[in-house]
Amino acid sequence: MRIELDINGETRELEVEPRTTLLDCLRDQMQLTGAHAGCEHGVCGACTVLFDGVAVRACLIFAPQAQGSKITTIEGVTPGPGEMSVIQDAFCETHGMQCGYCTPAMVLVAHALLVDNPNPTREQIVDAISGNICRCTGYAQIIDAIALAAERLRGANRPVEQRV
Amino acid sequence: MKAAPFEYSRAADIDEACAWLAADENARIIAGGQTLVPMMAMRLARPTRLVDINRIAGLSYIRADGDAIAIGATTRQCDLERDALVARDLPLMAKAIPWIGHAATRARGTIGGSLSNADPAAEQALMAVTLDAVLNYREAGKTAEIKARDFFIGPMVTALPAAACLTGVRYPVWRGKIGIGFHEVNARRSDFAFVSAAVQVELGADGMCKRIAIGVGAATDFPMRLDSAEAQLTGTMLDAAAVKDAVTQALADIEAMDDLHASAAYRKRVAVSLACRAVADARASALGEKIHAH
Ligand SMILES: Cc1cc2nc3c(=O)[nH]c(=O)nc-3n(C[C@H](O)[C@H](O)[C@H](O)COP(=O)(O)OP(=O)(O)OC[C@H]3O[C@@H](n4cnc5c(N)ncnc54)[C@H](O)[C@@H]3O)c2cc1C
Ligand code: FES
Ligand code: FES
Repeated sequence: MRIELDINGETRELEVEPRTTLLDCLRDQMQLTGAHAGCEHGVCGACTVLFDGVAVRACLIFAPQAQGSKITTIEGVTPGPGEMSVIQDAFCETHGMQCGYCTPAMVLVAHALLVDNPNPTREQIVDAISGNICRCTGYAQIIDAIALAAERLRGANRPVEQRV
Repeated sequence: MKAAPFEYSRAADIDEACAWLAADENARIIAGGQTLVPMMAMRLARPTRLVDINRIAGLSYIRADGDAIAIGATTRQCDLERDALVARDLPLMAKAIPWIGHAATRARGTIGGSLSNADPAAEQALMAVTLDAVLNYREAGKTAEIKARDFFIGPMVTALPAAACLTGVRYPVWRGKIGIGFHEVNARRSDFAFVSAAVQVELGADGMCKRIAIGVGAATDFPMRLDSAEAQLTGTMLDAAAVKDAVTQALADIEAMDDLHASAAYRKRVAVSLACRAVADARASALGEKIHAH
């Protein structure tokens, strides 16, 4: 079937089978491979994207269901080509990643959290990433990264939605 | 891990959704997709058509309705989690929601999907049974209702007719000196419960129990109420020894589920402990005392 998707601010027309998940559609048809396929049944969180600003699992949404919503992937959060967002920078600086498999999802979860709550407690950060599995870092540096990004964003002289 | 092929229809209203279901016995509703899509990915479910009810206008709401709170079937768990009316009038539900999966699954998962799915461990099923909710559904142009205690009839089995669409749920609001308690044991907070217990009490001015509802989830095929314990404890001061006695007796003859995660004997033992703790918390919160986290 023909669908129209709003991905990272661009409208794209596509032909999909209804059973195509949003995840497969992003990866295979749009070459947006930042959303990773881990378990493909909702448990690992590697496929996280923002759906109307909210972090969701792209493997649990069929592509036709996404028509009419705004989808943001990791490719859509950078301020410009070759640049990194404040959150991405913070992940580099605190060694918030090793293999990087979980990282795009962690960054997007942090993104959704910090738009909603610019001043999260450590417990709120832990809760926000609790649905995302990381097999490498032991999570501590990921939590540090999000806390560092939060601190920097609070200091930025811009409205919240534009800061993150 | 890819779903088998199916047709997709986005229903504009409830009757259209019901018509699609009536036309094909293998058609299924999709709400949040947080249970159905994994089942399809694992090919445990192979619907021939998915009827998407997510965009039906007016099926997602939380509102006061007389002495009850009415919640629309496609209301998402995350909306309930943040709602001021739920926090004030359905404190037991507000307390249980953070235990349902993760933020990302609560962002999609709906209350109607959770109830229709009828997982024995689902927190929303336990809430509906404990709070004496009434479920409304539509089938072939007619509206009907069913009590939560008649709705769940087996693990993942409900009394909902095959071509029906659940439209909403009403939860009676308790007024007065109300207290609540909720406890759950699982591998991680976001995982399904091995056992859960939910209690709501109303105390009189003198601290005596005027009304109590005790529900236990995940232990048996569907959430149960401890009717005999409720009857025994009404009119008492909810003294710990009496509570333990009443709860132990009420759970003595249950046929607890037995699986890899938890044996039947374990589930039964934990059910007693959690129900006692939940009663103690409910009593303490009604009296305005601080509850110690365990
Ligand atoms: C990682 C993970 C962890 C989870 N942890 C928990 C947990 O701890 N506790 C818990 O309770 N749940 C948990 N869930 C399940 C989650 O709560 C689901 O959202 C819920 O069980 C189903 O709701 P849904 O809206 O997603 O329904 P769907 O998956 O869309 O549908 C489920 C079933 O209900 C039917 N259905 C849906 N809506 C209606 C309706 N209005 N009328 C008639 N039939 C309908 C569908 O046809 C389908 O058979 C978890 C899920 C995941 C992926
Ligand atoms: S790939 Fe989607 S949750 Fe694992
Ligand atoms: S960095 Fe390897 S899984 Fe998280």
